[in-house]
Amino acid sequence: MVPVSYYFALSAILFALGALGVLIRRNAIIIFMSVELMLNAANLLFVAFARMYEALQGQIYVFFVIAVAAAEVAVGLAIIVAIFRTKKSIDIDEMSSLKG
Amino acid sequence: MDFIFAPLNLVTFFPLIGVLILLFLKEREELSRWVALVTSLITFGISLWVLGQFNSSDPGLQLPIDVDWIQVAGWNIRYAMGVDGLSILLVLLTTFLAPISILSTWKAVEERARDFMLFFLLLEIGMVGVFLAQDLFLFYIFWEFTLVPMYFLIGIWGGQQRMYAAIKFFLYTMAGSILMLLAILWLGINQGSFYLPELVSKGGIPGNIQYWLFLAFAAAFAIKVPMWPLHSWLPDAHVQAPTAGSVILAGVLLKMGTYGFLRFNLSLFPQATVQLAPVMATLAVIGIIYGAIVSYSQKDVKKLVAYSSISHLGFVMLGLFALNAQGIEGAILQMVNHGISTGALFLIVGFIYERRHTRELDEFGGLWQVMPLYAVTTLIVALSSMGLPGLNGFVGEFTILLGAWGAGQAGGSLGNILYAAFAAVGVILAAVYILYMFQKMFLGPITKKANEKLKDLSWRELAVIVPLIILIFWIGLYPKPFFALMHPAVEQLLTVFQTAGLALH
Amino acid sequence: MDAFNLVPWIILFPVIGLVLNAAIGRRIGERGSALIAIAASAGSLVISVMQYLALSAHPEGAVVYLADWIGIGALNVPWAFRVDTLSVTMMLVVSGVGTLIHIYAAGYMHFDVRYKEDPGSYARFFVYLNLFIAAMMILVSGDSYLTLFVGWEGVGLCSYLLIGFWYQRNPDGNKGIMNSLAAKKAMLVNRIGDFGFLLAVFMIFWAFGSLNFDEVLPHAETVAPWVIMFITLAMLLGVTGKSAQLPLYVWLPDAMAGPTPVSALIHAATMVTAGVYLVARSAPLFAAVPAAQTTVAFVGALTAFFAATIAVGQYDIKKVLAYSTISQLGFMVAAVGMGAFVAGMFHLVTHAFFKALLFLGSGSVILALERAHHVQETLSNPKHKKKGHTHFDPQDMRVMGGLRKPIRLTFWVYTIGALGLAGIPPLAGFFSKDEILADAWIENPLVFLLLIAAAFLTAFYVGRQLLLVFFGSPRSQPADKAVESPAIITIPLIALAALVVIGGLINLPGWHPFTNWLAHTLGEELAEPTEFNFFVALLATVFALIAFYLAWIFYGRTPLAEKQVDPLKQRLGRVFTGMENKWWVDEFYAWLIVRPYKRFAGFLADTIDWKFLHDWVHDSAVVNTFRWFARFLANPVDLGVIDGIANGLAKSATGLARGLSFFQTGFVRNYALVTFLGVVIMLGYLVFSS
Repeated sequence: MVPVSYYFALSAILFALGALGVLIRRNAIIIFMSVELMLNAANLLFVAFARMYEALQGQIYVFFVIAVAAAEVAVGLAIIVAIFRTKKSIDIDEMSSLKG
Repeated sequence: MDFIFAPLNLVTFFPLIGVLILLFLKEREELSRWVALVTSLITFGISLWVLGQFNSSDPGLQLPIDVDWIQVAGWNIRYAMGVDGLSILLVLLTTFLAPISILSTWKAVEERARDFMLFFLLLEIGMVGVFLAQDLFLFYIFWEFTLVPMYFLIGIWGGQQRMYAAIKFFLYTMAGSILMLLAILWLGINQGSFYLPELVSKGGIPGNIQYWLFLAFAAAFAIKVPMWPLHSWLPDAHVQAPTAGSVILAGVLLKMGTYGFLRFNLSLFPQATVQLAPVMATLAVIGIIYGAIVSYSQKDVKKLVAYSSISHLGFVMLGLFALNAQGIEGAILQMVNHGISTGALFLIVGFIYERRHTRELDEFGGLWQVMPLYAVTTLIVALSSMGLPGLNGFVGEFTILLGAWGAGQAGGSLGNILYAAFAAVGVILAAVYILYMFQKMFLGPITKKANEKLKDLSWRELAVIVPLIILIFWIGLYPKPFFALMHPAVEQLLTVFQTAGLALH
Repeated sequence: MDAFNLVPWIILFPVIGLVLNAAIGRRIGERGSALIAIAASAGSLVISVMQYLALSAHPEGAVVYLADWIGIGALNVPWAFRVDTLSVTMMLVVSGVGTLIHIYAAGYMHFDVRYKEDPGSYARFFVYLNLFIAAMMILVSGDSYLTLFVGWEGVGLCSYLLIGFWYQRNPDGNKGIMNSLAAKKAMLVNRIGDFGFLLAVFMIFWAFGSLNFDEVLPHAETVAPWVIMFITLAMLLGVTGKSAQLPLYVWLPDAMAGPTPVSALIHAATMVTAGVYLVARSAPLFAAVPAAQTTVAFVGALTAFFAATIAVGQYDIKKVLAYSTISQLGFMVAAVGMGAFVAGMFHLVTHAFFKALLFLGSGSVILALERAHHVQETLSNPKHKKKGHTHFDPQDMRVMGGLRKPIRLTFWVYTIGALGLAGIPPLAGFFSKDEILADAWIENPLVFLLLIAAAFLTAFYVGRQLLLVFFGSPRSQPADKAVESPAIITIPLIALAALVVIGGLINLPGWHPFTNWLAHTLGEELAEPTEFNFFVALLATVFALIAFYLAWIFYGRTPLAEKQVDPLKQRLGRVFTGMENKWWVDEFYAWLIVRPYKRFAGFLADTIDWKFLHDWVHDSAVVNTFRWFARFLANPVDLGVIDGIANGLAKSATGLARGLSFFQTGFVRNYALVTFLGVVIMLGYLVFSS
């Protein structure tokens, strides 16, 4: 069998990649993809632990996370489309109107 | 449910229904007059029902309402109402004069009639509440409550200087009331209750403190009566107020002051009353004579009647502080009489003002030829005001003077005789200004062209004044039922002075 | 007994009459109005006669209770009637003379309302006249001082209404306010008297414990004398007001402004006698304090003399009679003051007869002249309707003269009345006046002197009047063409003349029916018959005849010519001017009381009350102090301190905000970085602290 620690490591690496993506990338859609990556890393972790402890709760949580991720992407993409219509760009560095 | 339909609550708060209906009537001025009139007539009917339930041989509080109200932090404030021989007549007077006043404004108030009626009905609630409240706190609330609608009535529908008069009225009265509030608070906290019968039966307020409490209460009431020299708000208020406002001001609001003396000062502070009676009597006599003399010199007929009020209420105050049955019963009756006669006088002034839009006596003259019905009704009212025997004013004045003469031991002492004698001079002086007024208005030839084509009293105006004239004759010829209502309560009040072991000087 | 219970009708009949006349009087015409009024008055008379008859059988009288009135504690005054010989005497006089005057007025007012151009007022007159009968009946039949007072003031009201009946005119008939002012004067002066009456009533109540006659009068002896003195003197003030004695008589001459029937009924026969009735009723009180009695007697005697002097100098026919009334009332008051209550009442009755006769007669004279004058006016200028016409005063005796020829009947009855007034035997006036003089002769010489002097002057001015009016030759056109009055006017005159002739029988000396009659009420002690004093009677008659002779010398021998000055003036000079001008009493009162009061009232109202109390104390002092304080609080305190603190707080908040705004860059990546760093720190803390 594949040792559980390999799943942990993979999850951590995926999460780190996702976080880095969010912080570094400028394209809004790429940021969303990074967020999805972070969410899926968490899902992987949930499933790994669920398998390790023979507990189904972990897998139930995965469903929740997938549903929430879907909803969030829907809303977020709608916002990006709306912003694109106004600003004609999805470079997040250009969305600084809340500067105070 | 019992509470809501308790007779005294009904008679006090029924006008609220009229108020609510009026709030929903936006643009219908004509309808609002009728709503107000019907409401006040029903309230009068309710008060008659209360009268029917009134047992005139019982000296105590009748139809009482007594529920806990504000009972926090050791304060014992009750919602307590009750009627007895001292107040029943005043309640009836209020509910009787209200529809008459409303009917008199049919043509006088053209704009914003709905608002006028609103304020008037609210005022009625306050006035009846004042006479029925048996808890000091509740009394104070009703007392102050009457100021607000009156302020608006004068301030919006009044004459040229209405704002000045309204503000003066409000502030002056309130200034006195504040002192009364202090006294009320002292009483409620120190004696443990604001409930009047409890305070009266408990007694036990040391003499010197009684003295100050008496003065504090007297401050508020003396301004309201008004007693000389705290009377300067009255001429302004009357002259600037609309007719119905003047009628209810003179007819009822001033009585709140004299009633306050009767209900509170005399029952709660007997020693102070006896001590201060000479001072009050002196001020009363000054008021009688001063009011009569100044009245004679007026050029504005409404001001003339206003000063005559000061004179008449001086008689009431003298009667109250004679501290005997004749004096006090005469005073209570005279309160009612003054409400009727002076209310009628203001209505009469209103009649001519609506036609000629002036109140200067010089502008009239010879009106008997043009308006004979108006002349005869004015004559009757004027004679009543002057105290002609056979009419109501005489019964009150005579019993008051008789009581004042014999105050103290039977036979009176020199001091008392002087008070009554000087007050009796007021009878002569009253004739001077009343006859002067009548002559300037009605007698002689017609001197001003504008007077030649005036219309005599209309049916509505007759409907307004005839009930008052009927009462003038009734009380004058057969006052027995009126005296019977108040007798036991007054007797009981007088025993307070006897049980306190006071030697009336 | 049963007849006694009918006594309320003496008031109810006139009340019904006046209500009917007030309601429908205008519509049923003059005949109807007059009929109702006369019937009401006659009804009152019938009941009064019934009371008389019932009393003759039961002289002790009765008290008839009608209803409760005022009852507080010891004060218990019901509406109750007292039927006794004294009150019934008054009832008979009031209703008897009253009904005759009603009949007269029915005719007189027919003309008067036309001369005053107000035919609609006819009914109104009878409303007032009936009201007067009702009020006077209340006065005389009341069972207590208070009910008496109701009538007392009631007649005062009627006096006011009737004197000022032509309220838009002056006494001379032109438009003006003088009549109304005369009415006001009457009421005000009477009020001063009423003040005295009230003080007496108060004292009576507290001294005796009641106001009912039955409970007061029998106990007069039990109360301290000074109390009774006070009561009687206070009552005297009331008497001087109502019965026009010194010093409150001044309203009566002015009251002549009212129509002549009013002068006859109210100001001669009935209302003014109320004071005399009051004293007679209170006889036990007055008898208990001789000092008070003497005061009353002197007031009466002085008034009698004083008024008689004025009557001598008057030119207006009614004014002479007015002052004569005051003078005769003085006789009555003097009589009751001396304890001669019966004599006073006797004179009251006879005076009612002859004075009413004289007034009504003068009315007939005035009417005769007015009618002639009107005929003359319409003849000379038939087309135009000028009011006021040529100045002609039908009441001025100087434009009369020789009237015995055109108006014979009036002349004869007037003469009878005049002789009665002068006290010529065997007319009624002689007996009554003589009884008073006889009493004065015994009781009080000084009073006697004053009275006999007054009697002398009475005869003089009576003679003067007769000569000026009826003898000589007419001094003006209307006097020449005077017309006799119609029957409705002359018949009451004849009736009254008959009463003057036989009136002496009421208390003929030796027989004394009236004394015996009144003794049932006053008691034997106070109603002692007076011996007939032949000497006094002779003296009085001789004086009267001498006075007549003197009058003839001045006015009869050489009758007054047109526009001639009164011959007495040349003789008496200044004295006559004083008489003419009524000794300037009215002017004196105006200077002493009326004008100062007006000025004081103005001063009190304008200066003290308005400028000082109202404007300065309240508006200036209080308001300005408050405003100053408010401004002080507003500017330095409120704006400076309190606002300063608030503003300071605001500034620091703004500063803080400005400082913190550096963190708001607007870059999402910065926000994300900060969030990430925050999570890292928190997780690190959690991991490393466990």
